[in-house]
Amino acid sequence: MAVENRRLGFDVFPRSGFYIVLLIGGPLVLAVMYAFSDARIGNPGFHYVGLENFRSILQSPSFRAALRNSVVFTVVAQIIVIVCSTMLSIALEKPFQGRKFTRFLILLPWVAPISLGAIGWKWILDSIYSVITWVLIWLHVYKPYGAPMWLGEPKLAMASVILVHCWRLIPFSTVIMLAGLTAIPKDIPEAAAIDGAGFWRILFRINIPMMAPIISVAVLFGTIFTFTDMTVVYILTAGGPFDSTQTLPSLAFATGIQGSDLAAGAAMSLFLIPVLVLIAYFMLRAAHRAEVT
Amino acid sequence: MTRRDWRKLGPGAAKFATLATFVVLLAFPFYWMLIATFKQNIDLYTVENNPFKFNLPPTLDHLKLLFFETRYVRWLGNTALVGVIVVIITLLLAVPAAYSLARLTGRWGQRMGIAIFLTYLIPPTLLFIPLSRVVAVLGLQDTIWSVVLVYPSFTVPFSIWLLMGFFKSIPKELEDAAMVDGLTRFGAFVKLVIPISTSGILTVVIFTFTLVTQEFVYALTFISPESQQMVGVGIPIFLVRGDVYFWGSLMAACLITSVPIALLYNTFLDRFIAGFTVGAVK
Repeated sequence: MAVENRRLGFDVFPRSGFYIVLLIGGPLVLAVMYAFSDARIGNPGFHYVGLENFRSILQSPSFRAALRNSVVFTVVAQIIVIVCSTMLSIALEKPFQGRKFTRFLILLPWVAPISLGAIGWKWILDSIYSVITWVLIWLHVYKPYGAPMWLGEPKLAMASVILVHCWRLIPFSTVIMLAGLTAIPKDIPEAAAIDGAGFWRILFRINIPMMAPIISVAVLFGTIFTFTDMTVVYILTAGGPFDSTQTLPSLAFATGIQGSDLAAGAAMSLFLIPVLVLIAYFMLRAAHRAEVT
Repeated sequence: MTRRDWRKLGPGAAKFATLATFVVLLAFPFYWMLIATFKQNIDLYTVENNPFKFNLPPTLDHLKLLFFETRYVRWLGNTALVGVIVVIITLLLAVPAAYSLARLTGRWGQRMGIAIFLTYLIPPTLLFIPLSRVVAVLGLQDTIWSVVLVYPSFTVPFSIWLLMGFFKSIPKELEDAAMVDGLTRFGAFVKLVIPISTSGILTVVIFTFTLVTQEFVYALTFISPESQQMVGVGIPIFLVRGDVYFWGSLMAACLITSVPIALLYNTFLDRFIAGFTVGAVK
């Protein structure tokens, strides 16, 4: 039977494997080839130009801004998301009345299409009719018409992009951590409680340390989702003002598709790979550990 | 209150405060969409008006504009059609692959399973430039068939991964017994394994469909005519005329589209999360 099982695996799998290789592997190879060519949308032939694309994009201030922003957005968003979703998952863990509905409300940002959530934020952060502006004027923080434009000033626009990323990721990390919390053996915190440890002590000494593996899973996925996302930036600010919110994916889109410079766009998107490889390495390590223990 | 009372009250109150704060922060944009949907334009665009209440009577104008004067309904149709076709393609490719990988015991099965999972990590923003050329060469540009071709590249890997878990939980002895009774391997698969795995297959159907409705980057890259749009791109890009935003209709469209997708996704969420956390949680 073992031999037959093995044959089955190798017989059937290739068909779908083929589709995946064709649609993921193929374009991946093509992306690398484009990055070393001078292909443009009007003239997509392969003419090898060596490292020319990389040299020119590394000299471009837009690209350096995008590279820096991608890292800053990802790191800052992850830190905020982890703190918030740890709190939220612990608050949600025990059953209470209305828990299901509460969970649904909390999950909305993740389960609704992000392009639509982002346009909702664009209205909330509108330059004139922003509700935040109205509240701040009402609180006399600003004079009427004296409030800043949230998406119009570099620092505030960057903060807005980070805010929307956090808004979207907190629900996702929270459910992942909830799944992790339910897997923690209950007898350890219970034994600690009997020994007289209070809620907060159990939380910081037992629960949070035991959540470490699941927190790392949430961070790995969160990093990918933020680092490779272009939807939030594209809808909220389109990279502006003055490239202050440009990220690697959004700049690759602006250059490769809108600017029809396939080669430069492809070269830019290749800069995502080191981070993806790193994430894959940590995921494999986590999977391997789970297998051994 | 004594210190002791505070300590007793502490955790419960802290939990309640945390939940209340986050529910307000996370759900607020959707509440805000709801308000904008029914507000008259003069009310929406008067800076001095309190934005939290209806200063003028509510109106259905934005909904009328959305349904009768934009392509919104057409986009919904396009998205539903693409969703159904992609679901079928995904099932055809993922079910047999997941089954064979689940039964492929030993090192190779595991390695291939992990390889499949890792392909899910490759983002659209890495592949959209070369794929835009592939789509153009195949003559699929500006049609919904471009995304029908490309979407399975991310729905299939994750579906295989989810289904593998389901199939592995079915004892192999069951199939062996059926085969001893005269069924072929394929017969045993169709008559035995598929009926047992209906809930897994349903999960994949819902998961694939919601992913299709949520996708943005590929649809934006491959399709430019307004009439061919998917709903996730049509709303944020084409409900804006020049620099004029029709905020009322825009928010109505966001809300009406998001809520059903959210409800559907929410029902099956725990199973997706199980797929994400395999390995870290045992």
